[in-house]
Amino acid sequence: MIEPFIHLTAIAAPFPEGQIDTDVIFPARFLLLLEKRGLGRHLFHERRAKGGFVLDTPPWDGARILVTGPDFGTGSSREQAVWALADFGIRCVIGTSFGEIFHANCFRSCVLPIVLPPDAHARVMAAAEAQQQITVDLPEQRIILADGEIGFHIDAHRKQSLLEGLDEVGAILRDDAADIAAFEAAQRAARPWLYLTAQQIAHFDDIKEGSE
Amino acid sequence: MTDLLPPARTLFDKIWDAHVVKTYADGTDLLYIDRHLVQEVSSPQAFAGMAAAGRALHRPDAHIAVADHAVPTKDRHVTLREGLAAAQVARLRENTAIHAIPYIPMNDRRHGIVHVIGPELGFTLPGCTLVCGDSHTSTHGAFGALAFGIGASECECVFSTQVLRQKRQRNMRVTVTGALPDGVSVKDIILSLIARIGVGGGIGFAIEYAGPAIRALSMEARMTLCNMTIEAGARVGLIAPDATTLDWVRGRPLSPLPGDEPAALRDWALLHSDPGAVFDREVEIDAATLAPHVSWGTTPEESLPVTGRVPDPAQVDDPARQARMRRSLDYMGLAPGTPLEEIAIDRVFIGSCTNGRLEDLRRAATILRGRRVAKGVSAMAVPGSAQVRIAAEAEGLDRIFTDAGFEWRDAGCSMCVGMNDDRLSEGERCASTSNRNFEGRQGIGGRTHLMSPEMAAAAAIAGRLCDVRGLQ
Repeated sequence: MIEPFIHLTAIAAPFPEGQIDTDVIFPARFLLLLEKRGLGRHLFHERRAKGGFVLDTPPWDGARILVTGPDFGTGSSREQAVWALADFGIRCVIGTSFGEIFHANCFRSCVLPIVLPPDAHARVMAAAEAQQQITVDLPEQRIILADGEIGFHIDAHRKQSLLEGLDEVGAILRDDAADIAAFEAAQRAARPWLYLTAQQIAHFDDIKEGSE
Repeated sequence: MTDLLPPARTLFDKIWDAHVVKTYADGTDLLYIDRHLVQEVSSPQAFAGMAAAGRALHRPDAHIAVADHAVPTKDRHVTLREGLAAAQVARLRENTAIHAIPYIPMNDRRHGIVHVIGPELGFTLPGCTLVCGDSHTSTHGAFGALAFGIGASECECVFSTQVLRQKRQRNMRVTVTGALPDGVSVKDIILSLIARIGVGGGIGFAIEYAGPAIRALSMEARMTLCNMTIEAGARVGLIAPDATTLDWVRGRPLSPLPGDEPAALRDWALLHSDPGAVFDREVEIDAATLAPHVSWGTTPEESLPVTGRVPDPAQVDDPARQARMRRSLDYMGLAPGTPLEEIAIDRVFIGSCTNGRLEDLRRAATILRGRRVAKGVSAMAVPGSAQVRIAAEAEGLDRIFTDAGFEWRDAGCSMCVGMNDDRLSEGERCASTSNRNFEGRQGIGGRTHLMSPEMAAAAAIAGRLCDVRGLQ
């Protein structure tokens, strides 16, 4: 069970630079760490090392929402980028477009990615720059600003999983196991070459233990 | 009557449809995953999640594991004894032993970068769905597979269920006509495409590459093309299988057994977009008009023909785009208006899942033969796999590289991602055949210029970015 996302009221940090890739969010050398937790200290590591980064600048060091530029989270599939954001305390990212794998990864850590058209995005960015409190209301799919509301789209099952902190793997195993078994039986009959035989796997039998 | 005919479908839709286990009420699909490549960076947390939940591996025969990111490419016995990288590689070995997943160790003849060894083994097949916790999984689409990169949580889902709940992408077709001129390669096709549609241009799309110039490409070149599709934002890139594909697949260790082959061939013959299939976006490229490309900034989109100059932000109207360009130029230490061919380099890297295959090494060697790396330039060639290295050595390519002054290394991701000791130092500038010129990608403060293997070889000799067409 992960912490559900329902409502969030917080100030938002403005980070308008475009094309921030996941290497910038979480540099590759920290990918050697084997854990999911505690990665927030490496978030935007090089940017923060230079000093003056928005998430280290009061009051945005307490931000729980990040308002990003276009194509945020493109590049590497590393889920550490999302784990680091979540560990740092960011629960919601609002931008005009996100890298597709990053976007999918967000939901796995109950971080809500919101895609807005440019004009609506500009209003949220202005509120972030003005250090205003922003409320994200997931049940009603709206962002509440001091000067009005902005609706946003989210896929129904994504919304449900955020609201309930759903464990998708558990849900699939519970609800879909019979469908998966039926699919496999049919596919094994129709396309047997997609299932490696013992003879094929024996190709690896000569691999020696401890050869590195 | 016409409404009774089956609708014309794209290649992507055909493979997707064949793998739908069920469709949920909201329109998302539960997609069956045939094959999963496992590496050391994206798997430890997935295995840990599976263990914490007390869940079993659904199908051990659907996975192959190899450590490629963190492994050293020289002095392997000395450099991987301890430290974080050693721990990460050891963890992969332990996890795969627990779950009886085939694991290929670093010093095995089958070792290499996941995206190089999958096709070498025949693990990558036309019409299959294939995933890996690595964005360059799009590489395998070169075989007419539906292949895409996933996060670690999705890896865990595949381990436990063999399915992923996914929303179908829209279809984009990139049609490439014309013949590639001498000195111009598939890397230039993909860099020019990314420069044109942008790093976000493919978000939400599966890109099918088609047209006579694609049909003329070798499997290696097709892999380069599909590999970098993710740099245009698209998770999926794919090419319909043809005789070139079948020639590659036949006789590999994990290819269909002789008894299954006729049925597989009949099945694969249907793997093409039907005439009249509708694409949501179409892009056309005339390969004959392309020049060798190099990147100048910190996204692959920031690439230009090598004959050009570093662009000037002052000539761009959009303030956001102008700011982005200034940031790139500042990081790259470049002044607007500088001819790209005047940019001096310190390092050269030939390798990676993008350009670390035998054909790539041959193309670079053609330029390097009888020449020397420029004074002050440090150059390395890192084969994408042990098999590539063995084949290259059998035809003497290693000698061409070392005679020219290159280091000749063992296989791995190496300086494409800078997770082992192969890194740029602060401010160092590198001509690289890899896929990403992001800030810090090859080392903190390192400056990357992306290009083809022949262009990187030319840069090594010239000591600066240089038009390979003048060296041939």
